[in-house]
Amino acid sequence: MNESWHDGLDDEVSMKSNRTGFKRWSQLKWRGVASVVSFFVLWHLLVVAEVAGFAELPTPVETLATFLAEYLTDSAYWHSWLISFQRVVIGFLIAQILGIPLGLVFGTSEKFRNLFFPVFELLRPIPPLAWVPISILFWPTNESSIVFITFIGAFFVIVINVYDGVGRIQNEHIWLARSLGASKMDVFRRIMLPSVIPSIAVGMTLGIAITWNVVIAAEMIASDSGLGRMTWEGYVSSTPEVVLIGMISIGLAGYLSTITVDWIERKMMPWKENR
Amino acid sequence: MSANGDSKIEQDDRKLGHLSVDRAGKIYDPAGIHVVALEECSLEIPAGDFIAVVGPSGCGKSTLLNILAGFDNLTSGQVMMDGEPLSTVGSPPTPGPDRVVVFQNGALFPWKTVLENVAYGLVVQKKRSMEEAHEEAMDLLSRIGNLDRISDSYPTQLSSGMQRRVEILRALINNPRILLLDEPFRAMDTVSKTTMHEHLLNIYDRFRKTVFFITHDLDEAIFLADTVVVMTTRPGTIKLRLNIDLPRPRTRDLLTSQRFIELKQQAVTAVHEEAKKAFERGERELA
Repeated sequence: MNESWHDGLDDEVSMKSNRTGFKRWSQLKWRGVASVVSFFVLWHLLVVAEVAGFAELPTPVETLATFLAEYLTDSAYWHSWLISFQRVVIGFLIAQILGIPLGLVFGTSEKFRNLFFPVFELLRPIPPLAWVPISILFWPTNESSIVFITFIGAFFVIVINVYDGVGRIQNEHIWLARSLGASKMDVFRRIMLPSVIPSIAVGMTLGIAITWNVVIAAEMIASDSGLGRMTWEGYVSSTPEVVLIGMISIGLAGYLSTITVDWIERKMMPWKENR
Repeated sequence: MSANGDSKIEQDDRKLGHLSVDRAGKIYDPAGIHVVALEECSLEIPAGDFIAVVGPSGCGKSTLLNILAGFDNLTSGQVMMDGEPLSTVGSPPTPGPDRVVVFQNGALFPWKTVLENVAYGLVVQKKRSMEEAHEEAMDLLSRIGNLDRISDSYPTQLSSGMQRRVEILRALINNPRILLLDEPFRAMDTVSKTTMHEHLLNIYDRFRKTVFFITHDLDEAIFLADTVVVMTTRPGTIKLRLNIDLPRPRTRDLLTSQRFIELKQQAVTAVHEEAKKAFERGERELA
């Protein structure tokens, strides 16, 4: 056997070196800290300098003081976190559970698509918040109507992404699987499902962002609890510190959700290393 | 090369893989526009022959390959494999592990590791348990160029050349009667290509499977094949069948030999005539 075959094998197997990986990470971290710190410094300076519009606002220091004194140990505050998260998670999960199969059916069955896609496309452009009135009328409790609106926010995105993903499945993959002896069921389970995982991931990333948008607005309109409600009450009671604490909390909550969804996506797609 | 080491794939079926294409025709009729992709195309491929098919874009090379692979059916004529009908008019296209394709853009399953990809056929046909299949795949990988070193890699981590090698093994593990290669090295640069030729020839010399190899590259065709077939522009049929009497194993120095150049001259003329016809018609490529 010709030994020269093996030359260059190591070059061909690309391996991310740990050393450069660490360097990149610490650089990111450094820049990230700098970015966040300068944001707060700028905010502080703008308030102190009484730039138009900022005069009414508290400085970050004042906001932090209020937070530490009144919110950090306040169970009502943490309950707002919990309730908003709960709404997001439930709405998001139901959207995945119903949306992924529906997207798959849209993608695979022409009959079904012809029958139901037009209705779907009519409903899809309606912003989730436009569903608030009908949702309140329809659902027995306020809680269920807010969860429903959250669900709407993620549902259409996931369906359309999975549907699109089915269309992107490489014909070669299906042909090859058939060549190699796969049954139709095998093709569905082992080729189509894994092929749409990246599209499901895109749907999840977009969906989680939308659910936070929607849940906050819905809470402001139609609820007496949650981070959105807390922020709104801060405005109504003319306490801008509360508004800012609410906003920052929402930002952090959204960020945490994004990190979690990213982590889940990486677990779903071990073959996509460099993301 | 030990006799027992290469057992499962090599020993049996040495004489299988004889293909006989008899006046095959294929008419596509999308939206009522008649497109004759293949017409009266007849071709004998003896078992174990390496046949390379060249011809202008849209000449029906890929149509012929799809028919052999069982991805498409024909509209006239028939194809026999080892005396049994493989494709006849009216029969539904049936792909099978006895003739597996390697595509030009590569079609390894990205969500499976190299090992899982190679073992896939054995697993899905339920011929072996998962463990046995993995064992056998590992064995094949290690015997062909120590590829067991990359068994846990995902395809996207590999160069396109390495991906193609894995793909050939994924086909080979099923002990196919024919390997169908659809311009597998098209997207590769000249240097990588020569390495791939060595790998492929090595596999061919070792297993002697019938190979049906589509390419645009005449040098490649002559260097690799026992028979080079030039197809006409659409409707595709066989224009020239060129017997390549270069000795095996093929080595690089053949590329500049007198005989190679003579053979190439014959083929070039035929290919050029057809390319010109196709060009003057100016139609868009038919996939």
